[in-house]
This record gives sequence, C-alpha cells and structure tokens, in this order.
Amino acid sequence: MSDILQVRVWRGDEQGEYQAFEVPRLESQTVLDVVSHIQRHMDPTLAYRFACRVGMCGSCAMTVNGVARWTCRTHVSKVAKDGALELAPLAHLPVVRDLVTDMSEFFDKWARARGQFHPTATREDPFARVRPDSPERRNADAGIECIGCGVCYASCDVVQWRPDYLGPAALNRAWTLINDERDGARNERLRAVGDDAGCLACHTHVSCTERCPKHISPTAGIAGLKRAVMKAALRGDL
Amino acid sequence: MKTDWRARNHPAWWAFLVHRISGIVLTLFLPFHFWVLGMALNEAARMDDFFAWTDRPLVKFAEAGLVILLAAHLTGGLRLMALEFLAWRGWQKDLLAVAAGLTVIAGVVFAYVV
Ligand code: HEM
Ligand code: SF4
Ligand code: SF4
Ligand code: FES
Repeated sequence: MSDILQVRVWRGDEQGEYQAFEVPRLESQTVLDVVSHIQRHMDPTLAYRFACRVGMCGSCAMTVNGVARWTCRTHVSKVAKDGALELAPLAHLPVVRDLVTDMSEFFDKWARARGQFHPTATREDPFARVRPDSPERRNADAGIECIGCGVCYASCDVVQWRPDYLGPAALNRAWTLINDERDGARNERLRAVGDDAGCLACHTHVSCTERCPKHISPTAGIAGLKRAVMKAALRGDL
Repeated sequence: MKTDWRARNHPAWWAFLVHRISGIVLTLFLPFHFWVLGMALNEAARMDDFFAWTDRPLVKFAEAGLVILLAAHLTGGLRLMALEFLAWRGWQKDLLAVAAGLTVIAGVVFAYVV
C-alpha cells in the first residue's frame, strides 16, 4: 500500500473536467473518506452528498473508476487501480455540481410506477396476517431492502437508450407491492409498468443486479412483472 | 453523463453484445439464404454451380462462423427466455455457461461434419 492515493475528481456540471488531488492513504479507508478528506482539507468548494455513512440512506452513490457504487461502504483497497481513483457523478442523471446529481427524475419514476402502497384496510381493522414463507412474501422480501441509491439506474443501458424508461429501482419497488397481499392497486400498477417505457423495455442485461450494493436483483423483479403483465393481459384485466 | 465502458465489463453484458451482433448478422444473412433456396425452384443448375463454389475452405470457414453465430443466438435467446419466464433462481451465470458451452459444441460438430 503506497502512502498517497492519486485521485481525479469531476468538477463542473455536465461540462467540466477532472481535477487531480493527492490524498493520504489510510487503512480501511472508504471512497467516501477520500472525498471528505478532499472537501475538508484541500478544497472546501467540492460538492458531494452523504448522510448515514453506514449504507442505509442511499445518498452517497458515485461513479468510482467507471462503475457506480455506494461510496460509504466501498473500501479504497477494493476499487483503486494502481493507487488511483477516478470519481464522477452517477450516470443518467443531470449533474448539479461536481459529484452531486439531481435525483428528482429517478424518484418521480417511482411514483409513475405506482410505488405508493394502496391500503385495503383501515386502522380499525385487525392486523393482516402474511405468512412469512408464502412465495409472495418471499418475493417482496427479496426486493424490500432497496435504499434508493440509484446505482442500478446509473448502470442500466436501457435508461441511457430511452430516458423515459422507469428503470430498475422503480420497477423493483412496483414488484414488491405486487407481492403485497394488503395492497389494493394491483391492476393499476400493472398498467403503469406494463408498457414499453416500463418492464417490457428491459433487455435482461443484468447490469442492475450486478451492481446493486444491497444484492437485490431488480432483473428478477422485472421478469416477475413481465409475467404478471402477460397473465393479466391474457385474462383481459389490463 | 453516459455509462462508462468499464461498467459494462460483466458476463451478462458481453452475452447481450454477442446476442445483438449475432442477431444483426443473421438478419443480414437471411435474405441471401432465401435467395439461394429460391434457386431450387427454377434455377437448379445455377444452384449446383453455387454449391460447387461454396466448397472452398474460406467459404467453409465463413459458414462455420454463421453456424456458431446461429448457435450462440439460439442458446442465448433460450437462456433469456428461461431467465424471464421460469421462476427466478440465481442461475444467470450457470445458464450463460450452458449457452456458451452448447455454442462451442455446435461449432466443433459443424467443423467435424464438413
Ligand atoms: C433460432 C431461434 C431464435 C431464438 C430462440 C431467438 C431469441 C431471441 C430473443 C429472446 C431476443 C430478444 C433479446 C433481447 O431482449 O434483447 C432476440 C433478439 C433478436 N433476434 Fe433472435 N432468436 C432466434 C433466431 C433469430 C434469427 C434466425 C434471427 C435473424 C435472422 C434473429 C434476429 C434477432 C435480432 C436482430 C434481435 C434483436 C437483437 C437485440 O435486441 O439485441 N433471431 N432473439
Ligand atoms: S436487467 Fe433490465 S433494468 Fe436491469 S440493467 Fe438490464 S435492462 Fe436495465
Ligand atoms: S435496487 Fe439496489 S442499486 Fe437500485 S436503488 Fe435500490 S439499493 Fe440501489
Ligand atoms: S452515506 Fe448513506 S448509504 Fe452511503
């Protein structure tokens, strides 16, 4: 391990260039530690985003040596190439400044995919009893830990090809709700995700699944949505 | 910003690239294939001449390439359909290995037969 890390950081918005920094290398250093060091000790004007530092809030994702990652839980030792790091904002989102992207479109798509829960019971009703080992509950479990970091969205070629594509995270959210037996908006949601800006646009590149830091497989959920949309269409429910 | 090329370096993405290139090349080849088949109807002599021409090593080599592309596209397409239509079970890379293996076998069998 050399003592110095050569870091190139994107400065600007869509137009800009990389700026070089030399950052002291420390043991167990995360990529977010590197960015924080630059901002605190070398250039206070550097813009970046983080909150929890422990992989829960989903705000710290960036492009690290070309690959989208959560930076608070990515160790430098895992990603540095020849003692060098290249840091850029996430792809497929407008750049506000430096490492900060505007994520509104990303989250608006969750709403477009009917990512809201639609209750069928009121607080006066008894608790729903959902069997933990039912296939639906297991499907929901597999996707429910999403932290909304946007890594999958930044890794998906289809998002790049057609910017109106809902993208893996929003579709994964829709899939968890399709499997929630307490939810009452199944057909509306299938309609919302069942067109060619929705699950049908996915080409199963599996990049989202490859990169998701929570080891979620949006590809699996999207495949499930494709089957659910197909069945609903055959039944005439759409 | 656009996706960085370094982000695409994983097996399923390479499989996609093979699938797209093989799909396009097969599409370009198909009209030609039908044209030659069409000769059987009223230009049988010309078809025989054509088949004599295809007996050259270079043409054979190109044919082997086409067979491999078709095998890659077929197994790759079946792989995608298995992924999407059968219930999901963490087997993307196993399926990919099977598809690649069958493609190689098809290529070897073709080379052996001709
Ligand atoms: C032999 C059985 C075949 C199977 C099982 C098959 C399967 C598939 C599948 C599942 C896709 C969709 C891929 C995606 O979602 O990106 C696809 C795409 C495609 N196929 Fe085939 N295919 C076959 C034969 C052919 C043939 C004979 C041709 C050309 C003559 C062809 C040309 C294409 C093209 C151009 C695409 C679009 C490629 C892309 O979207 O990346 N296919 N095929
Ligand atoms: S599997 Fe679908 S959603 Fe995921 S990266 Fe590929 S195309 Fe995008
Ligand atoms: S699915 Fe994974 S990569 Fe995508 S937003 Fe959720 S946690 Fe991030
Ligand atoms: S800072 Fe919260 S996930 Fe990284």
